[in-house]
Amino acid sequence: MSNDFKLFVSCDKAAHTCDKTQYNDAFLWEKIKLNIHLLYCKACRKYSSNNGKLTKLMHKPEVDCLKKGEKKQLQTALQKELEKHQ
Amino acid sequence: MSGHKINPNKWIDLYSDYLFNYTITRVKDRETAQDLVQETFFAGLKSMKNFKGEASERTWLISILKRKIIDHYRKINSKKGKAEVRMNLNFEGENEGDWIEQRVADPFDKTAENNLENTELGLAIHNCISKLPAKQAEVFKMKTLLGYDTETICNELDITASNLWVIIHRARTSLAACMEKNWF
Repeated sequence: MSNDFKLFVSCDKAAHTCDKTQYNDAFLWEKIKLNIHLLYCKACRKYSSNNGKLTKLMHKPEVDCLKKGEKKQLQTALQKELEKHQ
Repeated sequence: MSGHKINPNKWIDLYSDYLFNYTITRVKDRETAQDLVQETFFAGLKSMKNFKGEASERTWLISILKRKIIDHYRKINSKKGKAEVRMNLNFEGENEGDWIEQRVADPFDKTAENNLENTELGLAIHNCISKLPAKQAEVFKMKTLLGYDTETICNELDITASNLWVIIHRARTSLAACMEKNWF
């Protein structure tokens, strides 16, 4: 757990935290460490901004997909129709 | 059957999200959209023999779907007995909109460009997602689009949390690269 108190984190860790923040899954302390890392790491800054853009796009209402149940429904319906054809 | 291989068993996995997204931006109702996608698949089965392989399977299915959507709108309009007409309330000059409600921006008056861009966005994203490996695509969709929490996904797919984050990270990296090339 001594790792938790380091102020400077590796790029791997930073990227992991960055992914987590996209889903509001990161703790405050982790976010602080991420921001400190971003101050001096250009590569991670780039990754982080791209990641943010991606999240913003995904949250637009126009991006949608089928839920698991709906997909299963489709699958069974299609299967039935297939059997008719064979 | 002709020499072109078509495998309807894979249709759901490969195309259902893409087709659904295409439909939902045009009909705005989940159930109708789902029905239309299903009808498209059925019609595809029926006319499988006519598929010449000139276009990709997805393009072919989309062209069927387009007809289905048009038919859908024809049907609901003939039921009402008239086509839907949307009027802009502010069209008779300055004095017309005395009521403050009439001065509010008309939500139907969005620019066509705006709508077009958003319609294409969904397709662009699904296009990029379909290039990912199957496992990554599945996890990413569950986490991002359907909004399941980490634990649920882990239980359902039988993976550990750190495993999940690695998959998510890989998916995001390649998605961002793909979108950067095609969108930003």
